[in-house]
Amino acid sequence: MNGLQTDLIAALPELFVLSMAMFILIADLFLKPSNRIAIFLLTQITLLGAAYITISTHNPSVTYAFSSMFVDDPFADVMKLMIYLSTSIFLVYTRSYITLRGMFRGEFYALVLFAMAGMMIMVSGQHFLTLYMGLELLSLCLYALVAMDRDNARATEAAMKYFVLGALASGMLLYGMSMMYGATGSLNISEVASALLNGSQDKPVLVLGTVFIVAGLAFKLGAVPFQMWVPDVYEGSPTAVTLFIGSVTKLAAFAFVIRILAQGLYVLAIDWHGMLMIMAVLSIIIGNITAIAQTNLKRMLAYSTISHVGFLLFGLMSASLNGYISSMFYIVSYVLMTLAGFGMILLLSRKGFEAEQLDDLKGLNQRSPWFALMMLITMFSMAGVPPTLGFYAKFAVLQAALQAGFLWLVVFAVLMAVIGAFYYLRIVKLMYFDEPTDNTPIINPPEMNMLLSVNALGLLALGIMPQRLMDICAYAVAHSLQ
Amino acid sequence: MTTLPLLSLAIWVPIFAGILVLLTGDDKNASSARWIALLGALAAFAVTIPLYTGFNMADGGFQFQEGYSWIPTFNIHYHLGADGIAVPLILLTSFTTVLVVIAGWEVIEKRVAQYMASFLIMSGLMIGVFGALDAILYYVFWEAMLIPMFLVIGIWGGPNRVYATIKFFLYTLLGSLLMLVAFIYLFYQTNSFEVVDYYRLQMTLPVQILVFLAFFMAFAVKIPMWPVHTWLPDAHVEAPTGGSVVLAAIALKLGGYSFLRFAMPIAPDAAHYLSGFMITLSLIAVVYIALVALVQQDMKKLIAYSSISHMGFVTLGFFLFSSIGLEGSIVQMISHGFISSAMFLSVGVLYDRMHSRQIADYGGVVNTMPKFAAFAVLFAMANAGLPGTSGFVGEFMVILASLQKNFWLAFLASTTLILGAAYTLWMVKRVFFGEIANSHVAELVDLNKRELLILTTLAILVIGFGVYPQPMTEMTHATVTQFLNHMAITKIPAGL
Repeated sequence: MNGLQTDLIAALPELFVLSMAMFILIADLFLKPSNRIAIFLLTQITLLGAAYITISTHNPSVTYAFSSMFVDDPFADVMKLMIYLSTSIFLVYTRSYITLRGMFRGEFYALVLFAMAGMMIMVSGQHFLTLYMGLELLSLCLYALVAMDRDNARATEAAMKYFVLGALASGMLLYGMSMMYGATGSLNISEVASALLNGSQDKPVLVLGTVFIVAGLAFKLGAVPFQMWVPDVYEGSPTAVTLFIGSVTKLAAFAFVIRILAQGLYVLAIDWHGMLMIMAVLSIIIGNITAIAQTNLKRMLAYSTISHVGFLLFGLMSASLNGYISSMFYIVSYVLMTLAGFGMILLLSRKGFEAEQLDDLKGLNQRSPWFALMMLITMFSMAGVPPTLGFYAKFAVLQAALQAGFLWLVVFAVLMAVIGAFYYLRIVKLMYFDEPTDNTPIINPPEMNMLLSVNALGLLALGIMPQRLMDICAYAVAHSLQ
Repeated sequence: MTTLPLLSLAIWVPIFAGILVLLTGDDKNASSARWIALLGALAAFAVTIPLYTGFNMADGGFQFQEGYSWIPTFNIHYHLGADGIAVPLILLTSFTTVLVVIAGWEVIEKRVAQYMASFLIMSGLMIGVFGALDAILYYVFWEAMLIPMFLVIGIWGGPNRVYATIKFFLYTLLGSLLMLVAFIYLFYQTNSFEVVDYYRLQMTLPVQILVFLAFFMAFAVKIPMWPVHTWLPDAHVEAPTGGSVVLAAIALKLGGYSFLRFAMPIAPDAAHYLSGFMITLSLIAVVYIALVALVQQDMKKLIAYSSISHMGFVTLGFFLFSSIGLEGSIVQMISHGFISSAMFLSVGVLYDRMHSRQIADYGGVVNTMPKFAAFAVLFAMANAGLPGTSGFVGEFMVILASLQKNFWLAFLASTTLILGAAYTLWMVKRVFFGEIANSHVAELVDLNKRELLILTTLAILVIGFGVYPQPMTEMTHATVTQFLNHMAITKIPAGL
């Protein structure tokens, strides 16, 4: 096999997704609006095809492509598969929602696919510039998606905020990368890592560069003190897009952090782990306490995301293989929970009505006992109560942090988890203990009902049998990071 | 002997029965939900009986063991086993569940299937707590049990139920999470979540004290010990009758049992070191909480405080480190299971008719409900620790053990006999005797067959174990001896 062939095979999923996105964009021009369901199906087929390619080209070794700017390793493959899966779930959940709001257009699906291609590049980037390009491809699509409901003033405002702050974060990231380049003479992740290992660089430049990079990453993850955009964007965006930003993109952001910090800058762990620790603690405090005061469900979930990011950083800050595996397990669990949680909001929404206030959940047990039970499982999972997946996610990061010796931080985190449990319990309270104020029947496409049930029951099933998922995360990380 | 996985059956039969009940759907099928629940509860009780008949009394270790690898990444096993302390509590759990299902038969009218299912699932989870020999398995059952209880109090409870149930949940969660941290810490010392591996782990005294305190936070809340008891009166008062019964009869014992399973044998030196502290807290519960009980206006609140006071006796017996004290505590746990169930069910009988729990609303009930009054007086006597009832046996053993240790300790402990009699009998006097207080009392109807069945069963048990406590002490004896031998050996590494 010659070099180009290796390169193309390594990047085959990305190429396939990009060409399908362009095909969909063109196909949409020739489709009558009544036949637009074909676009939805075509997108799902794209995801399936990408999954097929990723699995069939998978091998447990690490392949570098395009002069080591791009990498195909088990970590990338597993993360990509998770991205396909969650995107596919996201598309099923949102179909009826966007149809009722006039957003069921070819552009929506093309933008989602382009964003997904951006995420895949973030997952597979092995060079600061490749990573950055992936990030920008994703971000630009997201800005457009948030603003897609263009007559909606709130959405436009959210898009504006997201764009300005996102651009600022990208700037910081680039600035940090340029400092790294100045200090090490390379933008390639592995070369940066080996140059740092020699340790002949100017320490202040390295530390300053690390600070900028970590700040940029924290912006993208939504960790305190860079969390300002999260609640506003979550609240302002159409719920369908909030679901996308809140779930799928977090996978890419996590992979991005792993590529840069764990692979590129692991030698500097002593510098960045302190920063992550402070951000983790602040995120957990501010996320949990502010969430209590919210009356808007989307805003509450935004603050809940911030506290989840805090727990995620708990795994990362231990800067060990165990820590990375745990945080990967955490992010995957988090995405599955978020899909179910926002799925419920979409389920309760209907034409002209957004179920985004906490009170809209009142008496759900009387309106639909089955979906109340599904939401109950999701909420207890987010609170980290066994036997749900959320418990093992918290368990995994806490044990990693404890192994790294952060006993008192772990004690602190569990105390904050009790505060966190309160606002999830409040949702259960609204659903089960209160009388409904709104008795409109809940009508949704059957495939959405089914998938949401599978999603929520999956949280329970994976909570009883988490071993398989843990194995996958361990496999992905152990075969890709040293 | 038998090769059936008895403990697994005891856990999963009620859980699957609960799921089955849930599948009957809404209240249109309420009667089928009730019958399936009753059959499920009876089946669940039936599968626990072989645990008693097949139990080897001479063996103080874990019997009926089952072990499978569950989560190899963290070396977590599905490992079950029961000793002479766990088996009686498992039987108590499955038995109480049958009572609760019958007690809720026609009283619960809305969302019957969810009510019955909650209790069945909770029963399985609590048996899991008693049977688990792997720390994470135990923790999963321990926490999962909060979910159905949260719903039971919140959906079917009284007017202030939301406050009570959230308080209950958060209090318990706070303690439990610290216990989880202790488990993870122990995991990194032994590379195992097996309880028996923790028994062998040597630790210095300061470490033992931290581990013990982490467990203490979890179990003291659950028992509950003074001063973390404040969730209990709220939860009891607001819970429906069935919820109160399960809370008092079983949920509190989870805490007591866990002291014996985890906190004390894992950190024996810390347990000795802190025994003065634990005994003081226990005595405060026994004396002070009994005085608090004396001034209650609400019957359920009074019984709730009486439960805390009785559980103080249990923890007192634990930390005397004598065979008679420990056996007394275990007997007290079982007997309190029967008596508190009976007391709460009696209040339930009155509440279903009058919709009031205030003592002041009653008076002269004996004139209209003579049969019920007879039962109520019997249970009140048992609660006060009258000889001949099961309530006496445990208290007497614990007082005897404390007398061996210190006269003043025994003196303070035995004030419970006076205070207990005072608050219980005074309540009985005000509710049952005297003139008929008002027209509502005059219209009361005596027990129906269902209520008569429940109360008779409990009365037989209360008197039976009062006269002949042998089966209980016999079962626990070998385990208690082994436990005390373990506690007597220091786990502090040599040279420190």
